[in-house]
Amino acid sequence: MSGNTILGVFAKSPLKPLEQHIRKVNECADLLPSFFVACTAGDWDKAEKIRKDISSLEKAADKMKRDIRNELPGGIFMPVQRTDVLELVSQQDKIANKAKDISGRILGRQLVIPAELSDDFNSYLTRCIDAIKQAADAINELDDLLETGFRGREVKLVEKMIIELASIEDDTDYMQIKLRRALMALEENMNPIDVMFLYQIIEWVGDLADLAERVGARLEIMLAR
Amino acid sequence: MDILANYGSTLVIFAAIVGFVMAWGIGANDVANAMGTSVGSKALTIKQAIIIAMIFEFAGAYLAGGEVTSTIRKGIIDSSFYIDTPELLVFGMISALLAAGTWLLIASYMGWPVSTTHSIVGAIVGFSAIGVGMHTVDWGSVGGIVGSWIITPLIAGVFAFVIFNSAQKLIFDTDNPLASAKKWVPLYMFLAGFVLSLVTIKKGLKHIGLNIGSVEGYLYAIAVAVGVAIIGKFFISRLKFKESKNRRANYINVEKVFAVLMVITACGMAFAHGSNDVANAIGPLAAVVSIVGNDGEIASKSALAWWILPLGGIGIVAGLALFGHRVIATIGKGITHLTPSRGFAAELAAACTVVVASGTGLPISTTQTLVGAVLGVGMARGIAAINLGVVRNIVVSWVVTLPVGAGLSIMFFWMIKGAFM
Repeated sequence: MSGNTILGVFAKSPLKPLEQHIRKVNECADLLPSFFVACTAGDWDKAEKIRKDISSLEKAADKMKRDIRNELPGGIFMPVQRTDVLELVSQQDKIANKAKDISGRILGRQLVIPAELSDDFNSYLTRCIDAIKQAADAINELDDLLETGFRGREVKLVEKMIIELASIEDDTDYMQIKLRRALMALEENMNPIDVMFLYQIIEWVGDLADLAERVGARLEIMLAR
Repeated sequence: MDILANYGSTLVIFAAIVGFVMAWGIGANDVANAMGTSVGSKALTIKQAIIIAMIFEFAGAYLAGGEVTSTIRKGIIDSSFYIDTPELLVFGMISALLAAGTWLLIASYMGWPVSTTHSIVGAIVGFSAIGVGMHTVDWGSVGGIVGSWIITPLIAGVFAFVIFNSAQKLIFDTDNPLASAKKWVPLYMFLAGFVLSLVTIKKGLKHIGLNIGSVEGYLYAIAVAVGVAIIGKFFISRLKFKESKNRRANYINVEKVFAVLMVITACGMAFAHGSNDVANAIGPLAAVVSIVGNDGEIASKSALAWWILPLGGIGIVAGLALFGHRVIATIGKGITHLTPSRGFAAELAAACTVVVASGTGLPISTTQTLVGAVLGVGMARGIAAINLGVVRNIVVSWVVTLPVGAGLSIMFFWMIKGAFM
């Protein structure tokens, strides 16, 4: 039927699914704090369960990503570049993958964050997840951006959000340096292999914020054209 | 000659029936294009769309359809070649109607988008050029008509681009989009009302025997437009808004205002469609009636018989009433991400372009103009995604329609000629 009417001309907007995708990714990363709480308490069964949830949310996000790619066939004329849309969705998806990797690594080695670090680590994790939330909020403006044809006030507002996102990411960098120093002071009396993995986890958690910032950067590029 | 004398009334009745069927097909077919955007953006329910379409298609056909009818009747063919054989012209016009009607039926059944205008023009050129002789076609006006098929979508696209951009500047990109919308939307209503009524008054009414001076015409048009804007403002003031600080909710409220505007542009679109496309069905019929009525004399200046425009209008409405809701329901299923604020520019631009073209007597393709307008809004970054593949299919089917319409009408022409002579 779509061939027979003018309405066939209107293709499915790729922007709405982008918003839904980042929400799903955000949901996935949001489970990490409770996961770490379970690990610190030594409740590995519960941690296992949360890890399963993270994994299934990651799978759901993956499926959404594939759908967006498939629903963006050639010959679609959009107010944004199709390459930008595809890059953005890939970038968003990496966040969920990273969250899954972190939980998998911790559970696989039954790695516990040392008590001396736990406060710092938790606030570090929270800040990194803030970055993801900020990125999701910015992406959620896409619809309104379209409404105004990607110019004027709405764009300025999104740019502000992206600047805010960058400053959150800056915070996480400082927190990461602090954490590494604290871990270095503890190294002596720990299992060296655990220490190696802890460094890796700290880095990966930081990657969450990095990736979120890259999502913001992609969005900025989209608007700049 | 004696053929017309002996079978004149039979031929007229036959032509009237075929013309009515053709009008029916236009009503059933094109309603999707004329009303689709309004239903797709949920500004109107299917029932409302049908009722609006019925009223305004008929009004457009009756009040503004005369000019295009004359072009279809005598602009495409150089009738001086038929002076000695008027019956050939009668047979030809009937075959053209049969051919276009048949092709519309087949295409609707197969779900192909076709242009009624293209099929009838192709059919008339076909029987005249091949069935009678290449020299009988007024190639100059045919060239003009074909040129207008390219130019009108362009014009509509530019219009839509400008209208959408102005809406952005005046409404969306402001501190309070809702207040701006309440302020400016009536202006768009005024614009729609003004263009539609002006063309109708200046070009359409003389076919139903009303002659209005030019100054008076402008005054009447302004009066109608002001009326439209006031009615629109009244409905906007009756809307209930959930006031909130949240910008997102604010946009939803703005959409409500635009939905009122969308109703008006939908009326305009239906009017425009009726004014241009009714001619495709009744132009050939009018030619048959005038030849038979004048005992075979091909008069270049004969008024339309009084019953022809209403017949076409009623045919369109009948097609709408009986099949329109099915067509529109199918559209409703293929819900798009079209909102009133994004759809109105396309509809307003297309309606204005079509009505102005009707005023000059050019048979243009309504669908084509609307597609041009949609692309214009897309260029203004106003539509999330346009499926160029579908646009390509639509264009291909337009091109194919010409030779098919011509071929069918040649076939029918020889059949009818064989039956009577």
